[in-house]
Amino acid sequence: MPDLGKYAAEVLSAYGVAIVLLGALVLLSVRAARRARVELEAAEARRRDR
Amino acid sequence: MSSIWENANPVKFSRLAGVVLPWVSGFAAVALVVGLVWGFFFTPDDFRQGSTVKIIYLHVPSAMMAINIWAMMLVTSLIWLVRRHHVSVLAAKGAASVGVIMTLIALFTGAVWGQPMWGTWWVWDPRLTSFLILFLFYLGYLALWEAIDNPDTAADLTSVLCIVGSVFALLSRYAVNFWNQGLHQGASVMRAGAVTGTDTEEKVSNIFFYPLFLCIIGFVLLFVALVLLRTRTEIHKRRTKALLAREHLG
Repeated sequence: MPDLGKYAAEVLSAYGVAIVLLGALVLLSVRAARRARVELEAAEARRRDR
Repeated sequence: MSSIWENANPVKFSRLAGVVLPWVSGFAAVALVVGLVWGFFFTPDDFRQGSTVKIIYLHVPSAMMAINIWAMMLVTSLIWLVRRHHVSVLAAKGAASVGVIMTLIALFTGAVWGQPMWGTWWVWDPRLTSFLILFLFYLGYLALWEAIDNPDTAADLTSVLCIVGSVFALLSRYAVNFWNQGLHQGASVMRAGAVTGTDTEEKVSNIFFYPLFLCIIGFVLLFVALVLLRTRTEIHKRRTKALLAREHLG
């Protein structure tokens, strides 16, 4: 860990918030994509079975 | 030779996204991890700004993306309005969620960087103010999509909103050039003069620039990956909706 001196709180909070926001964006995007694909596959399977 | 417009076909777009997505995501992860680790752990403090200079690796790429994502949304919205390609407007919708996060990161990192350097978290400087307005436009754009049931009407209205908001995207980039006032400095990274060799103003030292450049590449690739993923998700949702509607009719 580098010595951030008296600005440690500012630097660490910038990195913390940015990483959390980007991580949440990626996670939510992947989860939404997975859910949409599952729902589409289910709908297509129902159509094939009819 | 195949035309770029062929990818406006949702099936072809989904297939292309499926092939490209793993590669883009992988390169984005590598560029981001290497760039951020390099910048955070292996670059020295600035002689004036101390360790706060490390915020540059988040602030500059996110601010660049916030503006350029809106520019991309403008192009895809215009394509929707002129050529009525659904994929283009769904790409704009997918990009907006990424843009709002980039704008939020730029605003937050700017505030925590500004406090020790300028002595204030916020100032109603032309660049900062236009950036805040751009953030509000992103929120308004996303809210408008959610507020309208008819997808084509929502696409039309959000596209018009995107054109109007472009003024603020442009201002947030060039405000420091239009008004010679405010605390925010002018561009010191990737200036035209720096490329042509005619630059006489102070610019970012190479020791900070190389990891920064890698972070910028990482942010761009992350955006491309997320936009492909989110656009494909929107296509899947629309297809499901159409199939469900057909089921109900049958």
